[in-house]
Amino acid sequence: MAEKVLMKGNEALAEAAISAGCRHFFGYPITPQTELAAYMAKTMPKVGGVYLQAESEVAAINMVLGAASTGKRVMTSSSSPGISLKSEGISYMAGSDLPALIVNVQRGGPGLGGIQPGQADYAQATRGVGHGDARILVFSPATVQEMVDLVTTAFELGDKYRIPAMILADGMLGQMMEPVILPEKQDPASLPKKDWAAAGHEGKRKKNIINSLYLDPYLLEKTIVERQSRYKAIKAAHQMSEEVYTEDADIIVVAYGASARVSRSAVVQARAEGIKAGLLRPVTVWPYPDDAVKKLADSAKAFLAVEMSAGQMVDDVRLAVNGKRPVKFFGRTGGVIPTPNEVLEQIRALAKEVQ
Amino acid sequence: MNELHLLLAGFGGQGLLFAGKVIAYCGLIEGRQLSWLPSYGPEMRGGTANCGVCVSDEPIGSPLVLAPKQLIAMNKPSLAKFIDTVPSGGLVLIDSTMIDDKISRPDVSTFYVPSTGLAEEQGLKGLANIILTGKLYAEYKFCKPETITAAIKKCVPAKRSEMVEANIKAFEIGKNYK
Repeated sequence: MAEKVLMKGNEALAEAAISAGCRHFFGYPITPQTELAAYMAKTMPKVGGVYLQAESEVAAINMVLGAASTGKRVMTSSSSPGISLKSEGISYMAGSDLPALIVNVQRGGPGLGGIQPGQADYAQATRGVGHGDARILVFSPATVQEMVDLVTTAFELGDKYRIPAMILADGMLGQMMEPVILPEKQDPASLPKKDWAAAGHEGKRKKNIINSLYLDPYLLEKTIVERQSRYKAIKAAHQMSEEVYTEDADIIVVAYGASARVSRSAVVQARAEGIKAGLLRPVTVWPYPDDAVKKLADSAKAFLAVEMSAGQMVDDVRLAVNGKRPVKFFGRTGGVIPTPNEVLEQIRALAKEVQ
Repeated sequence: MNELHLLLAGFGGQGLLFAGKVIAYCGLIEGRQLSWLPSYGPEMRGGTANCGVCVSDEPIGSPLVLAPKQLIAMNKPSLAKFIDTVPSGGLVLIDSTMIDDKISRPDVSTFYVPSTGLAEEQGLKGLANIILTGKLYAEYKFCKPETITAAIKKCVPAKRSEMVEANIKAFEIGKNYK
């Protein structure tokens, strides 16, 4: 087994992307994501890759679109306000069926907001970044190890389904260091070839066209229906989640990313007090782990969604629970991270309610 | 081995993040669970800087250190900000070169170490952080004795390898300070 090293989430994610064969990074700096871009600036030239700091986020995402069109593994990273700027390009990529990795190290919003950790971009990420009937894969790591492991998954599933993939992290995960095992390095030349790529054909085949503009509504609808069938396949096959102490739990806390770490501490404390609490931690938030929530709705008495937002993921919990059980919400906003004690109080109150 | 729920706090530039990293590496080398979380943003540039380190044999939930069981304070504003967050029975290490106040918390163990002064006297300028790390180790064994040297070697950048000896010396000064 490879040696464990101590790395910041931002840097570990960057290293993982290079290991996964990514040789093209286009971005624009923003806190609390900056170490990721800085690591790329330092490392890409050493591995024959490209690091380019564009003149704006809009330019960067369109460079990603261009590089993705040639079939290369390509990525960008930003934090909340920067992702809003990139959303037009992400919609174009979704419409052009282009895989790429987009990292959002979230901070508090709206507007410029603040620079402390946030989870208020959930709705933006999961309801389709940008306009149109577009979805992207969205992964939500909760450890530095997952910041690494989900990179390969994001690239591979993105390639398989020709869909952009996002890692929805937050300032806490980006900035913290934890022990991490880095993946084996893949040679970009060994990655599966993409027969749809516009990478030159020397007159030997019909040309590939990458495009998101269809003036004939029937033709456009045909592309949308086909894309939706891929979304359906993703929902059926790639819901990911982790469960802690859920087997006999009355109260299910649902939380992702940084909130899940805080909630895990609260659940452990609740168990020590004799409260039957458990944690469901979505690892993919699109597709949402509906099946896991539905299953728990059969046995648990109530749900508590915990987020660093005013209440966004809780909608997905409610949709999956479908009225079967009460669903409560607790959140902190603006860059404030909830404390395990605050979550514990919510669990205690809910336990009393459903007794 | 003892578990850590440690906050290191002071000015940017006092090496608090580095000391936290050395302590975190001790946990890593011994195969334990750990987290290291810095404050970030404009405060890093000259203002207060702090860093929380958790080392445990159980998975770390929240890496936020809001009620530090161990506190290293290297300037007055940091001590004032965090002293009341230390739970009863906690351990407080104070750089008494930088902080001339005495604290009135009889329920915590407090050690005053003139670490910035000691570092300057010994030609170890900038290593008050590691002197305090040595004192922390003396009062609260958070790792095996041989782990420290290995952790320092991991944290000192290769091009500044001459600093390894200085760090070890600083650690010993803190460890032996009475």
